[in-house]
Amino acid sequence: MKKKLLSLLLAAIMIFTLAACGGGSTDNDSAEEADEAVTDSDGETIKIGQIGPQTGEVAVYGITALQGIELAIEEINADGGVLGRQLELISEDDKGDPTEAVTLYNKLADENVDAIIGAITSKPSDAIATNSTEDGIPIITPTGTMASITEGKDNVFRTCYIDPYQGEILAQFAADSLNATKAAVLRNTSDDYSNGVADAFIAKAEELGIEIVGDEGYGADDVDFAVQLTNISQNNPEVLLVPEYYEKDVLIAKQVQDLGMDVQIIGPDGWDGVLDVVDADSLESLEGVYFANHYSLDDESEIVQNFVTNYSDAYGENPSAFAALGYDTVYLLKAAWEDADSTDYEATIEALKGIELEGVTGNLVFGENNNPIKASSIIVIEDGAYKFHESIIVE
Amino acid sequence: MNFLLQLLNGLQIGSIYALVALGYTMVYGIALLINFAHGEIIMIGAYTVVFSIQLIFAGTDIPYVFAIIPTVIICTLVGMLIERLAYKPLRNSPRISNLITAIGVSLLLQNTMMKVFGAQSRSVPKIFDHKPIEVFGANISISTIVTIVVTLVLTISLQIFMKKTKYGKAMVATSEDYGAASLVGINVDSTLTLTFAIGSALAGVASLLYVSSYPQAAPLMGSMLGIKAFTAAVVGGIGLIPGAVLGGLILGILEALTKAFISSRLSDAIVFGLLILVLLIRPGGLLGEDHKEKV
Repeated sequence: MKKKLLSLLLAAIMIFTLAACGGGSTDNDSAEEADEAVTDSDGETIKIGQIGPQTGEVAVYGITALQGIELAIEEINADGGVLGRQLELISEDDKGDPTEAVTLYNKLADENVDAIIGAITSKPSDAIATNSTEDGIPIITPTGTMASITEGKDNVFRTCYIDPYQGEILAQFAADSLNATKAAVLRNTSDDYSNGVADAFIAKAEELGIEIVGDEGYGADDVDFAVQLTNISQNNPEVLLVPEYYEKDVLIAKQVQDLGMDVQIIGPDGWDGVLDVVDADSLESLEGVYFANHYSLDDESEIVQNFVTNYSDAYGENPSAFAALGYDTVYLLKAAWEDADSTDYEATIEALKGIELEGVTGNLVFGENNNPIKASSIIVIEDGAYKFHESIIVE
Repeated sequence: MNFLLQLLNGLQIGSIYALVALGYTMVYGIALLINFAHGEIIMIGAYTVVFSIQLIFAGTDIPYVFAIIPTVIICTLVGMLIERLAYKPLRNSPRISNLITAIGVSLLLQNTMMKVFGAQSRSVPKIFDHKPIEVFGANISISTIVTIVVTLVLTISLQIFMKKTKYGKAMVATSEDYGAASLVGINVDSTLTLTFAIGSALAGVASLLYVSSYPQAAPLMGSMLGIKAFTAAVVGGIGLIPGAVLGGLILGILEALTKAFISSRLSDAIVFGLLILVLLIRPGGLLGEDHKEKV
């Protein structure tokens, strides 16, 4: 009896863990890539390869990024192209899968593209980056945040900032704008993103003289945070960092409110989208939350407003941060080719390293490991809407 | 003070485990089947709460808590349907076939819901619209109190139902011996369907209380909850109604205290380790006997 029960229990746990992991959908749609020839000008075109998910679970990220890229290419071509040549986009669907991405990378390399934009999600980006070092094709991932993608790879760049950088930005914000002296962290211990932001935040906050009075964790499937929050509230922090994606953020914010905690919640870009998943009645629990994002829709600078208007005219929706990063990536390549006055791989890479570009997602300069050093927009949730609060750059 | 607060946090989540565990233990005690689809019935209940509030109650003066009515009805129907379509044809098959079918049903429901409503979670409006109550300087949310009270009331009424009514006695008889029960004139088929109906109605209540504390409905929400509640039922002594409640509360409190005073990062490992220890010492569960399983 003892063994039977135990083995039943163990079997049940194993099966259910598997079941929980196996929820992913496989999209078997044949990958019919619409190879888009944007133009048929008389001169030779500059070919930009693009790899990103257009179908499957993470398709929404890939599609919005691609729309940003297409918009930029249209604008540039209408304006006469780059170095007198038109841009041609060859976009491929990796379905968010690293193996698929490598196959597509090889295909694009055989076609002698002048640069590759991709991939969109972190793991495929890492896979093609690792494969690309020998060919030396300039590669820019607009949105891959994993630190290893660009590490030690001379030809690989990224437009977005990496996870730890967001932690530093938030620490700077807590110190300078919130004048915090005591902060706490509630992190998802099973998630790289959450840990990356939390660790960097703690290191930077301590450097800036903020005392970390709580560092609590939870697992990926948890929905109850009352215990951790009760522990945190014993030490009365002024600021609580919640490095998590929006679905969980809603639950955490509600429980902070239920416990009657008087604490300022701050978070990284995972909070973007939180207003779409919260019920109107519960909006007040999110009121006043600050989070970092790549750009803000209502940033009043001209370049942002032009982008927002053109994008919503073209696609009938407001551009996400993914679209903005895709858009900036094309302009990065344009600037690099113009600086180098050629599309030669090595010359382009050299030019990218020295580039300075004012983009939609901030002023772009590349630093160590080809990671951008740029400002981050701090967004505040006010009256149930996102509002641009200020721009922060880590000194 | 902190200890008391954490104990309350544990009671809150523990009473939800207990409510879910009641469903597992009912079905196991009578049909000798581990109904892995039980967690998914809670998930369906959560979606029913969302849609009934959106489609019926929004804009009216009816308090949202009345979503309990459609939720319990839908959950009961789904539970009975599953029993009739998936488990009844296999009643005389080896137990392992039933177990695999249960897992199959669970995956089927998860993936169907994901296909129909998408993988994104849906937010649930506030069900108990009250400020937290302050007791000795601590804030206790209304849903915590309601959950604990409802769990206790349901447990006691379930216990009375099993011991005192004709249907309850028929269930006990069926659990002891299918053949003998039908010989003395008990309709085994409808008794088993009734068991699933009650178990699923309990899941309906649990789903409303669950979303009142954690206001989200998602296709995979039932799986981890199901595992924890099943564990609670086993620890308490599966098949025993008081055992499910005891197991659920112990699991919740152990979790809360481990997170609070040992480590919030290792809590699952520590809690499940302790539970294995309990089973090694008392294989039948805390309230269970070693060889007899009954309700």
